[in-house]
Amino acid sequence: MPGWRIGNLGDRLFRGIAATFATIIVVVLLVIAVALTQASRETLSAYGFGFVVGQDWNPVEGANEVYGALPFVWGTLVTSFLALALAVPISVGIAVFIAELAPEWIRTPTGFVVELLAAVPSVIYGLWGFFVLRPVLIEHVDPALSRWLGFLPFFRGAPLGNDVLLASVVLAIMILPTISSVSREILRAVPNTLREAALALGATKWEMIRSVVLPYAKSGLTGAVILGLGRALGETMAVTMLVGNKPSMSLSVFEPAATMASIIANQYPEAQGRQHSALTEIGLLLFALTLVLNILARLLVWRVGRLPGDAGRA
Amino acid sequence: MDLAGYRRRRLVDLAVRGACVAATLVAVVPLVLILGYIVVKGGAALSPAFFLELPKPAGETGAGMANAIVGTLTLVGLACAFGVPLGVFAGIYLAEFGDNWLGTVIRFCSDVMAGVPSIVSGLFVYALVVVPMGRNSAIAGGLALAMLMLPTVTRTTEELLKLVPNALREAALALGVPEWRTTLWVVLRTAAPGIATGVVLAVARVTGETAPLLFTSLNNNGWADGIDQPTASLTVQIYQYAGSPFEDQQAQAWAAALVLVVVVLVLNISARILVRHRVAGAR
Amino acid sequence: MEADDDKRYKVRAIDLHAWFGTSHSLKGITMDLVDRHVTAIIGPSGCGKSTFIRCLNRMHEVVSGARAEGTVLLDGENIYASGIDAVLVRRRVGMVFQKPNPFPTMTIRDNVLAGLKLNGLRTRDPDALVERCLRQSALWEEVKEQLHKSGASLSGGQQQRLCIARTLALEPEVILMDEPCSALDPIATAKIEELIHELRGKYTIAIVTHSMQQAARVSDFTAFFYLGELIEYGDTDSIFTKPSNPRTEDYLTGRFG
Repeated sequence: MPGWRIGNLGDRLFRGIAATFATIIVVVLLVIAVALTQASRETLSAYGFGFVVGQDWNPVEGANEVYGALPFVWGTLVTSFLALALAVPISVGIAVFIAELAPEWIRTPTGFVVELLAAVPSVIYGLWGFFVLRPVLIEHVDPALSRWLGFLPFFRGAPLGNDVLLASVVLAIMILPTISSVSREILRAVPNTLREAALALGATKWEMIRSVVLPYAKSGLTGAVILGLGRALGETMAVTMLVGNKPSMSLSVFEPAATMASIIANQYPEAQGRQHSALTEIGLLLFALTLVLNILARLLVWRVGRLPGDAGRA
Repeated sequence: MDLAGYRRRRLVDLAVRGACVAATLVAVVPLVLILGYIVVKGGAALSPAFFLELPKPAGETGAGMANAIVGTLTLVGLACAFGVPLGVFAGIYLAEFGDNWLGTVIRFCSDVMAGVPSIVSGLFVYALVVVPMGRNSAIAGGLALAMLMLPTVTRTTEELLKLVPNALREAALALGVPEWRTTLWVVLRTAAPGIATGVVLAVARVTGETAPLLFTSLNNNGWADGIDQPTASLTVQIYQYAGSPFEDQQAQAWAAALVLVVVVLVLNISARILVRHRVAGAR
Repeated sequence: MEADDDKRYKVRAIDLHAWFGTSHSLKGITMDLVDRHVTAIIGPSGCGKSTFIRCLNRMHEVVSGARAEGTVLLDGENIYASGIDAVLVRRRVGMVFQKPNPFPTMTIRDNVLAGLKLNGLRTRDPDALVERCLRQSALWEEVKEQLHKSGASLSGGQQQRLCIARTLALEPEVILMDEPCSALDPIATAKIEELIHELRGKYTIAIVTHSMQQAARVSDFTAFFYLGELIEYGDTDSIFTKPSNPRTEDYLTGRFG
């Protein structure tokens, strides 16, 4: 209601307070960037861009002390993309099931259960992954993979337990609800008139989904996947507890690795001097990475919201 | 008509439907497994001592996590004290005055902030609060959690205020009530139950957070002497005991996990039931 | 006699009921559509006229909570018999909706061919088919230069004619039209009506309409629905000039509706 508010002191004050509080959000975001840059200036000036591509990480003070973030960037990307590869087909399947196939009475409880998966704290996924899933993978899954697919570089080496595979599987479970609930909303935004048009032409349900619903929802679904990726990149506790925290760059999923978030959680509390700076810079990198991804995802999801169309028949 | 072709199309249709059902089952199974495991393992380790006693060295009986339970409550309370007023006012701004470029920028930043990894907010608070204060504290932990609550509270408030019918605003304004009073006493009060739901969901989320606490509130084996002291929390305690070689400490971790999951799920479920009631009532 | 009737009547609804959840919106309709003629269905909003035609190609059941019971004979075969697949029914009974709904992710050309692609049918010369259907729906001259543009780029009236072309491409036997002009301006409406004139004689058409003038202009037969029941049905001239039921007369003279 613009218009008749000017002149009233109380109104102006109120508006000012609200505006200040709202602006704090913007300020915080900026201050994060500034504060992290400040706290990592030592390694920023010592290594410059070389930090990002540096392959060695040795925090022991002395002549061999060296910091490079590449192993952690690598570990983050490998675990996240592996998790995506596992989670995306399943999440889209769930979204399609809930939005297109399930009868009403099954729809709500299923969506509810999947969203509860998102509510379970990260540290509990870590606990469960370590004590329950790890033995299962070591005893049943890993040997099978190395027997049948051991000729591939991805399944080479002796499975030890805390490795890329374990972390990725748990990560996949954790990002599943994010991707599937956003995808479900995206599918719901597809106008019903289009579904009806396809059905009236004699399409089966699946043909309708494939040729009309999915193309319409494509960019929104991409956004959902990127949101999931953003979560996977920043996920800390479960990964820290499961990935092994060894800065290495192997192709094999049976090798331990470390991610950007996990190395911070693992080393920051005991870090000194230059190591502090290096870990903070990794945090800065992670912040920048997730920032870019989130902006990208929001733009994609928003665009779907603006597409023409209606919610369909009541 | 091409009946053979149609038979194939129908098979494909059935196969895809089956795959979607399978995908849903695959997602539901881990949840059931995780919850089941926590109930079995945690239930076995849970005792009155868990709620009443302090942690003890491995091997001693009757250890508990009373300090961590109080610590988690303190941290979440502080997070609400910092995050809720800020988020509600920001939401008011967005809903009532936010149809301009500043509103768009704030909305965008708040969405982006929701995606910032929680460990980064820990790093941020460490640099900004812990370093100047010279020690870890509940205040720092609460601030880190508040940063995670802020986007949720802001956007929920905005969305719910926008749902309040304009007729209500106009009715109050027509009585000569100034706009700020109208917003606070009429609009905000109408939307309050919904906003409370959003806050409950945000609380549920930060109660389970560990990463931002690791170097802000740290941990404490005893009672904290104040909110400017290192403070124990259930989540950090689970993290530390999970890596412990001692079985009784692992059991304590499971017990803490059970308590945590029950709290988080109860918060979530009650928030959702609240929402459904409100929606059903509005019809 | 029976066989003759099945020949004369393309679609025969017998004691057809429909529900939305618990509300009984179609209460035992028995009515025949004459082969290769246009039948208009009129009545005040909420009278069940849209529901009725949506039952004729089993689109009613697509809405969650909706169900239908009764018999609908298509060439003497009950499309509600068990074992009959709705997908195959819809292949033969096309539908044009109230709001134009071309597929926005497809080009104009692909929109016309969408039904064939969905049904896995192949034509030797898709371009000729596209041209023929677009000519039939009187759209060809307007879009022949922009067949590769999105279907959503057209005006409302053009979009609706594109939807008709899309339906024609499948060569259905029956075309159901659910208030096809209600979202269109008078000029676009006139074009669609002209088109319906062209199509009569080749297809059995049922058109639901709000406008009595439209019913009088385009149809051979008219049915008047009220509160889920069929009140009167006969050839259009006699319904409009000497309705036998007082409620029909009230509606036609604008006393309610």
